[in-house]
Amino acid sequence: MYFSKKMLETSSTLTKKWEEEVKKALKNNHDQKERFTTVSDMEIKRLYAPEDIKDVDFEKDIGVPGEYPYLRGNQVTGYRGRYWTFRMFSGMGSAQDTNRRWHMLLREGQTGLSTAFDFPTLMGYDSDSPKSLGEVGKCGVAIDTLEDFLALLEGIPLDKVTTSMTINPPATVLWAMYCAAAQIKGAPLAKIGGTIQNDMLKEFIAQKTFMCPPEPSVKLISDTVEFGAKHVPNWNTISISGYHIREAGSTAVQELAFTLRDGIEYVEDVIRRKKMPVDEFAPRLSFFFNSHIDFFEEICKMRAARRMWAKIMRERFKAKDPRSLWLRFHTQTAGCSLTAQQPYNNVVRTTVQALAAVLGGTQSLHTNSLDEVLCLPSEHAVEIALRTQQILAEETGVANTIDPLAGSYFIESLTNEMEEKAWEYIHKIDEMGGMIAAIEKGFPQMEISEAAYRFQRQLDAGEKIMVGVNKYSTDSTHPIPLVDIDEKVGEEQIKRLKDVRRRRDNRAAKKSLDNIKNACKKGENVMPCCIEAVKNLVSLQEICDVYREVYGEYKDPGLY
Amino acid sequence: MPERKIRVMVAKPGLDGHDRGARVLARCFRDAGFEVVYTGCHQTPEQIVAAAIQEDVDLVGLSCLSGAHRALFPKVVELLHGKGADDITVIGGGIIPEQDFQLLYDAGIKAIFTPGASLESIVEWIRTNIKPH
Amino acid sequence: MDSLIKKICAGDVRLASRLIRDIEDKIPEAKAKIKKLYAHTGKSFIVGITGAPGAGKSTLTDALITELRKKNKTVGVLAVDPTSPFTGGAILGDRIRMQKHAEDEGVFVRSLATRGALGGLSQAAGDAIHVMEAMGKDIIIVETVGIGQQEIDIINHAHSVVVVLVPGMGDEIQTMKAGLMEIADVFVVNKANRPGANQLQTELSSMLNLASKNGAGWQPPIVMVGDAFEPAAFTEKTAELAQKIEEHYRYLRESGKLTERMHRKALAEINDALSFCLLEPIIEELTATGKLEHFAEKIKSRQADPYSVAEEIAKTFFVKQDKK
Repeated sequence: MYFSKKMLETSSTLTKKWEEEVKKALKNNHDQKERFTTVSDMEIKRLYAPEDIKDVDFEKDIGVPGEYPYLRGNQVTGYRGRYWTFRMFSGMGSAQDTNRRWHMLLREGQTGLSTAFDFPTLMGYDSDSPKSLGEVGKCGVAIDTLEDFLALLEGIPLDKVTTSMTINPPATVLWAMYCAAAQIKGAPLAKIGGTIQNDMLKEFIAQKTFMCPPEPSVKLISDTVEFGAKHVPNWNTISISGYHIREAGSTAVQELAFTLRDGIEYVEDVIRRKKMPVDEFAPRLSFFFNSHIDFFEEICKMRAARRMWAKIMRERFKAKDPRSLWLRFHTQTAGCSLTAQQPYNNVVRTTVQALAAVLGGTQSLHTNSLDEVLCLPSEHAVEIALRTQQILAEETGVANTIDPLAGSYFIESLTNEMEEKAWEYIHKIDEMGGMIAAIEKGFPQMEISEAAYRFQRQLDAGEKIMVGVNKYSTDSTHPIPLVDIDEKVGEEQIKRLKDVRRRRDNRAAKKSLDNIKNACKKGENVMPCCIEAVKNLVSLQEICDVYREVYGEYKDPGLY
Repeated sequence: MPERKIRVMVAKPGLDGHDRGARVLARCFRDAGFEVVYTGCHQTPEQIVAAAIQEDVDLVGLSCLSGAHRALFPKVVELLHGKGADDITVIGGGIIPEQDFQLLYDAGIKAIFTPGASLESIVEWIRTNIKPH
Repeated sequence: MDSLIKKICAGDVRLASRLIRDIEDKIPEAKAKIKKLYAHTGKSFIVGITGAPGAGKSTLTDALITELRKKNKTVGVLAVDPTSPFTGGAILGDRIRMQKHAEDEGVFVRSLATRGALGGLSQAAGDAIHVMEAMGKDIIIVETVGIGQQEIDIINHAHSVVVVLVPGMGDEIQTMKAGLMEIADVFVVNKANRPGANQLQTELSSMLNLASKNGAGWQPPIVMVGDAFEPAAFTEKTAELAQKIEEHYRYLRESGKLTERMHRKALAEINDALSFCLLEPIIEELTATGKLEHFAEKIKSRQADPYSVAEEIAKTFFVKQDKK
């Protein structure tokens, strides 16, 4: 029991009295609407009181930072020793263009790098593939071969800065390029640090960037986990992501549940396939959450996530190493909450969301730029977004103390409620035979679609509000300058690629592709062959075509 | 004369997989009483056009969030034209900056809906502008 | 009109699809066009694919197309999806799994919504098949809705019927209930890598053995198809399926059963046409004049019974026809 009996009695009496007063007040003044809900449509009470958390066991459920169940954080010192990493997701045009932006960001006080690739790269196609028409360099940087990658990393101290790469189906290839680049630049693999997103399950569920079917996709992921544990110990080999699940329209609880269940699936696969003890690889699993517009819901989601993962690792997988129990996560503010209308308002939204992420205890943060709903961020817009984090960290004082909202009746109650609902999902997916089985049935996809559709209907009906969209809209506009990627970027990229193919030792390239194919067929770890291949200037698509040939190609199964 | 049923296709050209909007729209069109052909993500303009003709749809709604709309949307109109299927109306949506609207209108895209457009307004546009073949 | 018929017979997709649309929308001229086309139909082999939703019918159809194209056969596909009874709308999502054939000119995929039909197909399915036959498609695959209802309309339209089952869905019981055992010419146990597949196969074989004691002839084979995501094994199994279907077609031709099925199809076509030419105009007129409501009221208040009403309607209508 968390409260004394006497206090609960008093509280109960007072609350009852208050309820009477509410009834009276409502007779004259109605509430503005019938239901008060979070952005995820979870109902919120008018008031939370000690009764709502009377069953909480302080030691078991809350505790202190750095101790199980890690509700209040993994680190005993909080943000005092070090703020979260200011990590702006960025990439555009050619490798040189992106490298320029990276240097600008580092100059302005960014503390980690994060790479956005263009769609051909994300999908495992070269810039000269017919599928890449109109896409090269548009949504991120175009990478075809190791030469592009070396240009991307020009002047970046790989042993000092960590780099995150948002890459999924071809994660093995891009990571191989990073490792090869590090070796060429003289940085030993044991020294480099960073993250590859490398989370295919959420691609099937939400973001639909896929290449091979689920089963071999997970196999490739386990290859990276194994390779990382043995050779690149400071690398986060998966960033288990709820971000895209949320962007696809899920609720906060769905984001929480599906992400953790994905994590379970990966852990199970590595244990089964690689016969590795859990504590050998679990500390390098990282997470990635969305910070949406509903302030408290987000904070509670992040707190619940930490506690749930600790339980999962300890109870389900019998992990012993405390670092295995830590849920370390990056956060990005919600792109889908931003509006093209009155775009300057997006700065305000992003600020609130960033604050939620900090209060939720994130380890790393990307703040969206105000123009990201329209185009790639301009330099000015990125600067404002980065400054938003710096202001939060260094002016507002919110990082002074750890988990400052803990103990609030509302916060603890909502954290518990979200956790409970998320367990229900996890158990349901367990019963279905795991996440891959659930994906094949279309279960998470359909749940998300339903939620997205419900939200859109509520928006249309005015039950949910987006300022500037369905309320307070205006005809007067304050246009913002938009970044435009020249179509020439694509042409030049193709020229470079063709030139590399002419120059390279084609026999060596062919040989290393054969090696990858053999590794795939024998079920061996592909990473060593990939590193060798990219050094021989084999292109991204050439490797991915081998995967597609051996493992088959996954196509969008559409609606269910 | 029996009432003609409106048939539409919702298609995602290009490589981006952000299908939230496309899926919500497909649902919404069904609820509006249309027959909706959904072709999923990662379609080439050629696949989209072949499907549109085989399915005899009145309208193709393209959704693209990757910035490739400038190349891909006009390509769809052009291919339809090449097949003598100019009577199939093409509209577009997604992340499309206003500065690109004119280029797309000139290429034959009949309407553009960007984030924030209500479902009702899109259905209304179709009801007003589409007379089934 | 003859140029239209010529073009459709030459394989014009646009005109063919438009004609199917006119049939679906019940445009009166469409009937006249089908009359003209009819002489050019009857040469295609028609395969029905049925089974519960999620059984993988579209994925199998896609794989069958691949197999048939390897043998240079031209293929027509009619994929039926349910119409929402509440809104009249439909999401036609089967072709998504066949989109890789979209640009192949030897393949024509057309989706149909049920528009209220209950037998697993759409009312327009019969004539849509005629259009594809006239186009000269070697093989026409008709994929039913698969809501697990009495989906036996398909036997009136197809020469061979493939029934797709999945382990662990309680399919075997449903199959018997829905009368699918009787209509299946080939069984597929799909997703056969899942637990319960062998048991399903055993149960099916024993049911088939019981049935076959009643007579010799075709013994429906059971094809076990594994995960579509294991490309090599999946292709091998779907090739086997294609072969079994072909064997059944050969059996139909050689045993004279094909004529029997064509006869059954002809009877069903007469039935459909009668309904279209006689029943529907009557209902339409009664609705337009408000008489249908009037009769309904009379039946509701027990002033009349449905049979007497039908007789009365028939009398008025046929007198009118005679005068013409």
